[in-house]
Amino acid sequence: MKSLWPPLAIVLVILGIWIAAVVPMNIHLTADQAARQDIVVTPDTPAERKELSGLSLAVKNPDIWGMTYTLDRPNLPSPHQVGAELYKTVFTVAPTSRRSLLHHAWVTLSATLLGFVIGTTLGILLAVGIVYNRTMDKSVMPWAITSQTIPILALAPMVIVMLGSIGIQGLLPKSIISAYLSFFPVVVGMVKGLRSPDAMQLDLLRTYNASPNQGFWKLRLPASMPYLFASLKIGISASLVGAIVGELPTGARAGFGARMLVGDQYGQPIVTWAALFGAAITAALLVATLSLIERRTLRRMGMVGAAA
Amino acid sequence: MSVISATALDLTFQTGDGPVHALKDVSLDIEKGDFVSFIGPSGCGKTTFLRCIAGLETPTGGDISVNGMTPDEARRARAYGYVFQAAGLYPWRTIGGNIRLPLEIMGFSKSEQAERVARVLDLVDLAGFEKKFPWQLSGGMQQRASIARALAFDADILLMDEPFGALDEIVRDHLNEQLLHLWARTEKTIGFVTHSIPEAVYLSTKIVVMSPRPGRITDVIDSPLPRERPLDIRDTPEFIEIAHRVRDGLRAGHQDDV
Repeated sequence: MKSLWPPLAIVLVILGIWIAAVVPMNIHLTADQAARQDIVVTPDTPAERKELSGLSLAVKNPDIWGMTYTLDRPNLPSPHQVGAELYKTVFTVAPTSRRSLLHHAWVTLSATLLGFVIGTTLGILLAVGIVYNRTMDKSVMPWAITSQTIPILALAPMVIVMLGSIGIQGLLPKSIISAYLSFFPVVVGMVKGLRSPDAMQLDLLRTYNASPNQGFWKLRLPASMPYLFASLKIGISASLVGAIVGELPTGARAGFGARMLVGDQYGQPIVTWAALFGAAITAALLVATLSLIERRTLRRMGMVGAAA
Repeated sequence: MSVISATALDLTFQTGDGPVHALKDVSLDIEKGDFVSFIGPSGCGKTTFLRCIAGLETPTGGDISVNGMTPDEARRARAYGYVFQAAGLYPWRTIGGNIRLPLEIMGFSKSEQAERVARVLDLVDLAGFEKKFPWQLSGGMQQRASIARALAFDADILLMDEPFGALDEIVRDHLNEQLLHLWARTEKTIGFVTHSIPEAVYLSTKIVVMSPRPGRITDVIDSPLPRERPLDIRDTPEFIEIAHRVRDGLRAGHQDDV
């Protein structure tokens, strides 16, 4: 498994930076706490400590470094705190419990998947329209691009509130935001894919007097598959981001977004970080699943031989 | 009656740099069962003329008929099989699947498809490769598969645009020999574009020499060689004489430029 080493090395580097950063990030809180427990810290008044940067305060107080890793409400939780929180909320509580991260993961995941299906379907339909219809070619693409320049954070509350006012709540509004983010890579990829057959391949079909319909099903669609899968992998992670963003503005009670918000509002950064990692792991699993489907499909289509 | 007949054919492309005379006053008759080669330097219009026959380009002047129809009608009646410079096999289809492509489009029944695929694979010596994917085959085998694809629906005209141009000399010799056998067995009318003088002389009953700017015919040579041609016919005086005449024709075309 040589291919495992490069990503592992990067993980180790990130972990190293993280662990090193915990000390200066948390040193002020730790020093205050230590002072209350009559441990000697320099300088000894809170006002003087405030003047110092985290780094120089850390240098002056090497004795309390260990404490920076175990604060209840740290500025930056240490990796083992996040790991413990993840373990606790995933493995030690029933998945149906409100305190289970799996419960929240499912809430976000269901919105993600619905949004991904809507977005992908929309994206493919738009791409077919763009490729086959000159008017759509000229009109749709600029709008699709414009749609992605609007900050989703500004748009999401409006979508949630507007749909809420007409009685649509829960899964669908979040899915629509997911779909909004995920349709775009699919449109771009599919347009490129459907246009990938060269002039010779199109001429060949003309010599058979093939109908446009046959040209689509027998040439353009299969030729677009590698492009579609590349787009789907971008689309599914965009979908997940969309679902989380959709959970933020209206105080959703469940989902990764709700967990992040709760952690933030109640001063529990460990909860926020655990949700963050939960979301990252979910995204990785989604992309890995798509990669697997991609490899299976392309192999069945005989297109892997060249790549594998 | 001629299978393909062109009279005073003109084709001018409008480009950003002004009009380009791809074909000027091209007249030619091709009889049933002829093997006609079009030879000339790049830009002489040989491929363009083949594409006019196929209805892939529309001439701007003159008349052309294929099987007594306009090229476009002939195309819609699926009167010809076309072999391109590159094999152009679909990578997601097996060799058999690629040959089935035109048959599916033309609506042949499943059993007829299977039978035809087997027959044409045998014709190009690729029996047993039906289930392979294109990337598993050499360039020469891929081009043979593309010829099989063009033969599958039994059009009596076969149009070939430099089909062996990208292959090495040894493979090319072998495929030329095979193509002659195939032609003898199927009695098709073949239009064949090439850069190579030996290839043109070896294969053809009629050699059409063309020259560029504007694209036109400078010589039409009816070959006196017998239809049965072993490879070593290329060392006979008759063969060398025809090759000489082709070379002269090509040179004459070039002198106009200077």
